[in-house]
Amino acid sequence: MTAQAPAGQPAAEDAAGDVLRTEHIGKRFGAVTALRNVNLRLARGEILGLIGDNGAGKSTLLKILCGFQPPDTGRILLNGQEVTLKSVDHARSLGIDVVYQDLALINQLSVYHNMFLNREQVRGPLLNNRAMRKLAREHLDEMGVNIPSVDVPVAKLSGGQRQAIAVARSVYTDAKILLLDEPLAAMGAKEAAMILDLVRDLKERGDVSVIIIAHNYGQVLEVCDRVNLLQHGEITLDKYARDTSVQELTNLVVAEYREALKQRHRTA
Amino acid sequence: MAQVSGAVQQAPEVVGGPPGRPPRGVMRALRDAGALLIRQREATVLVVDVLLIIYFGFISTTGRTAFFTKLNLITLTQLAAPIIILALGEVMLLICGEIDLSVGFIYQLSPFVMYFLITDYHVPGLLAILIALLVGPVIGWFNGFLTVTLGLPSFIATLGTGFVINGIVLTTSGAQQQSVPPEVQGIGQWIGQFAWAEITFAVILTAIFHVLLTRTRWGLHTIASGGNQLGASEAGVSVARIKYGNFMLSGFLGAFVGLQIAFQISIIDPTSGGYQPMFYAVAAAVIGGTAMLGGSGTIIGAFLGGILLAVLTNGFSVIGISAYPLPIIFGGTILLAMIANVQLTRLRDRGRT
Repeated sequence: MTAQAPAGQPAAEDAAGDVLRTEHIGKRFGAVTALRNVNLRLARGEILGLIGDNGAGKSTLLKILCGFQPPDTGRILLNGQEVTLKSVDHARSLGIDVVYQDLALINQLSVYHNMFLNREQVRGPLLNNRAMRKLAREHLDEMGVNIPSVDVPVAKLSGGQRQAIAVARSVYTDAKILLLDEPLAAMGAKEAAMILDLVRDLKERGDVSVIIIAHNYGQVLEVCDRVNLLQHGEITLDKYARDTSVQELTNLVVAEYREALKQRHRTA
Repeated sequence: MAQVSGAVQQAPEVVGGPPGRPPRGVMRALRDAGALLIRQREATVLVVDVLLIIYFGFISTTGRTAFFTKLNLITLTQLAAPIIILALGEVMLLICGEIDLSVGFIYQLSPFVMYFLITDYHVPGLLAILIALLVGPVIGWFNGFLTVTLGLPSFIATLGTGFVINGIVLTTSGAQQQSVPPEVQGIGQWIGQFAWAEITFAVILTAIFHVLLTRTRWGLHTIASGGNQLGASEAGVSVARIKYGNFMLSGFLGAFVGLQIAFQISIIDPTSGGYQPMFYAVAAAVIGGTAMLGGSGTIIGAFLGGILLAVLTNGFSVIGISAYPLPIIFGGTILLAMIANVQLTRLRDRGRT
């Protein structure tokens, strides 16, 4: 089953504990091979960091995992069962939810309306704003998301707060597997810390597993249990966070870059 | 509110007076009024409305005697009501990122549909009215089809349907006026002929649409669709359904206003409606604080905006300004009202919520 040999140990553990597993995922776009042979696993309650340089295939993998596009080859196993993700909605109904950095929220709507968008509490034909406000407040408090008021339009909040609300919303709608796309991009240190805290809290809840797609290796190692490095559409490293370092990851990526540069010189 | 994220940066000074020193009495009242003006989007328009009414009704020498007469108030409300009712549909559409330029022609068409159904097809009056009203949502659906399904910009799509409807009306009617058939004159009184019928409907519809926009899922999803279409669909909101629906609502209101006006003047006129009432309605919506770029807007604001336009039109004619320079003053006042609104919105965005 291990067609590739990632440079770490933890590749194949007991399959039973994995909430999500991909086997031999491949995806081509015309002449371009975006993903070659991706074997990824995510254990229950685990936080997996998926890193890699631009063009490594991170976003393609994300789109496949959230049901946005199907893979050409390979299969996806959810709790050990093979699934075909037909759409983003379908994936969401199975508990896989993706949080894009800035797409998710409606700036003009209040925090609580965003939390309940399309899952509004109603009383007859009317919105039950009081109930939504209360539930939103409780849920955000429970998740440790610090917002001055749930009544403000999210446009007035910082990037970190918005991200936190988007994550909180996914958790509230019973997401079991959260895919966070660049959750820390363009975020200040304080903001990033807030999101990292939120992810740690998620971990303590135990029922939510997370894949964080990120650029910043330091922050990833700080919060993730395990790190996968994606290079040229393949996972080339799979290690527990405690067994690797920013230095090692950086070296791998830079080495790859040098290699590519060398090849380009040769062909030129 | 077009510059949503751009305006989030904090202003160092507190709007509405220096902090620290506790103002008393009049100062306090002024400050509270200022704060209200800044907090409530609609308040600016309300203030302009009140100032204009005070000017026309109490200050101007000719207006003092004529403005508050019953007859003039009826005229005023009959000017305001169609603008307001059409504006309700435009607000919903503008919020979800679209516009309906054809609504004035739906207004033109609907009474003719009623007329021909009764005179040529002998359809009972009430049924003819219902079918004429249904013509609005049907055309609205078609506008939705062009915009949402075929992907045309609604500005062009509804401009096109507007022209087409205009052509249909002129062709079928031979550009001839008709009088309202006797079969519907009775019910017509309730719809548009009684002195206060139109403004009564305008107020009721405003209340309904206000609740629709602010207190229902439909309203929330309308804002979401215009505020962030991708985000809304990500959350599972059917943006297409929202847009289709709002085009149909706008069409319905257009058909209704058309019937009201026909009953009010007892004549079915192929030159009534058209672009002018539509532009008044869009202006009322925007003056009232609805963003042309979508995502935000208020129904109450559109109501007040409609009142503003009607008071202007009526007031200037009451105080006897000659017809030629009137558009200059009219346009200038709209611009002033709009400037006040936009500048106050900036202040509001800088201030706390």
